[in-house]
Amino acid sequence: MKILIVGGGMGGTILANNLARRLSTELRSGKARITMLSASDKHMYQPGLLYLAVGRMTPDELYRDQRSLLEPGIDFHVDPAEEFRLDKNEVRTKGGKVYGYDVMVVATGSRAMPEEIPGLAENSEMFYTEESAVKMFRSLQKFQGGKVVIAMGVPHKCPMAPLEIAFMLHDYFRNRGILDKTKIHYTYPIGRVHSLENVAKWAAPEFDRLGISYETLFNMKEVDGAKKIVRSEEGTETDYDLLITIPAHRGMEVIEKNGMGNRGWIPTHRHKLNMEGRENVFVIGDTTNIPISKAGSTAHFEAEALGENIAAMVKMGMPVREYDGKVFCFIETGNDRATYASFDYLNPPDPKVPTRAIHWFKLAYNKLYWASARGLL
Amino acid sequence: MANRKIVDARGSFCPGPLMELIAAMKAAQIGDELEILSTDKGSANDIPEWIRKVKHEHLETTEENGVWHVLVKKAK
Repeated sequence: MKILIVGGGMGGTILANNLARRLSTELRSGKARITMLSASDKHMYQPGLLYLAVGRMTPDELYRDQRSLLEPGIDFHVDPAEEFRLDKNEVRTKGGKVYGYDVMVVATGSRAMPEEIPGLAENSEMFYTEESAVKMFRSLQKFQGGKVVIAMGVPHKCPMAPLEIAFMLHDYFRNRGILDKTKIHYTYPIGRVHSLENVAKWAAPEFDRLGISYETLFNMKEVDGAKKIVRSEEGTETDYDLLITIPAHRGMEVIEKNGMGNRGWIPTHRHKLNMEGRENVFVIGDTTNIPISKAGSTAHFEAEALGENIAAMVKMGMPVREYDGKVFCFIETGNDRATYASFDYLNPPDPKVPTRAIHWFKLAYNKLYWASARGLL
Repeated sequence: MANRKIVDARGSFCPGPLMELIAAMKAAQIGDELEILSTDKGSANDIPEWIRKVKHEHLETTEENGVWHVLVKKAK
């Protein structure tokens, strides 16, 4: 069975390694073959960007050589997919090669789109690329006090990022001794401070305690850089001295160009993880249109479920389990403390009181991630 | 005569239905009615709250077989 994995991010990498271990005998005998196509020979630990933006990590800590993370039996190519020929079970790459498959997994991820809001890209700081996170840190270092506005669009990668950046900025300004000259103002698109109701119930009093003000039902419409004002679709506006944004995301352009999903999100069965209407095409990570978190842990748990299923399809001709919607997110809450949200399709999260132990575990996970990507954790 | 448009956001979870409504509202004309369908219970609270803030006209919210129908008129 020819297994083609398109995308070398967290989901694709965990899946490839999971499959390579489960199918070691089949890979040796030639009964199975795993091919991965990726746009880069480097693998980025994306959650580290949040730390980079506040000066707690450096860029080199975010990367590993992709080949070094993959099991030896995986056929890896730095040559991104350009054309999906789903009816022929093949993919043409940017380099012009054509790869056939029996089973394909699409894990191409998502991208932040600040350019969709007029004035946003030019007048804000964000942390969704290495370059933008370093630029944000540079702006923070120059900042001497004033009003910091956090504004976002949905969906976005890492549902906890809005809360975490608010808490981490509070820490950052306090540590620099300019908290008394700084006001943090948080905005959120729906009628509470987080989309997960229990997380919102926990976070709003934390904001009150720390003096972080907030406006809910605030959907960015445009940014007036000359006047330093963000206007909302709801007709309100807020002024800022420093604007931090978590822009709305879209799936990758190649998905949109191939007509596989509106805004780059591929319609995906929430339990079986197959692309709607395609039995041999699966989708994991940010690329799905499943209305759960676009988070590394979602990709991780989907990859584990799918790895088990594809291996079972090779060995016995059918899948053996369903993805239950499991997600686990750490939440950095500042002051060297953290908590977490663990949930699935049926059970909502219930964040506990933040502790130093969870914060230290998160810092440890920033290193352990590489074991996770290798499929060991 | 005002148009009525159905915004079918069934199967989408919060904040999906609200985002669908915001997008549809941008494209609508003043006086148009939009009926948003949602299977997410949170939408039954969120959407009327948004309508109040934006000062459109919330006509009614009904529930039928697990689907919430929120009817709103674009007022400005």
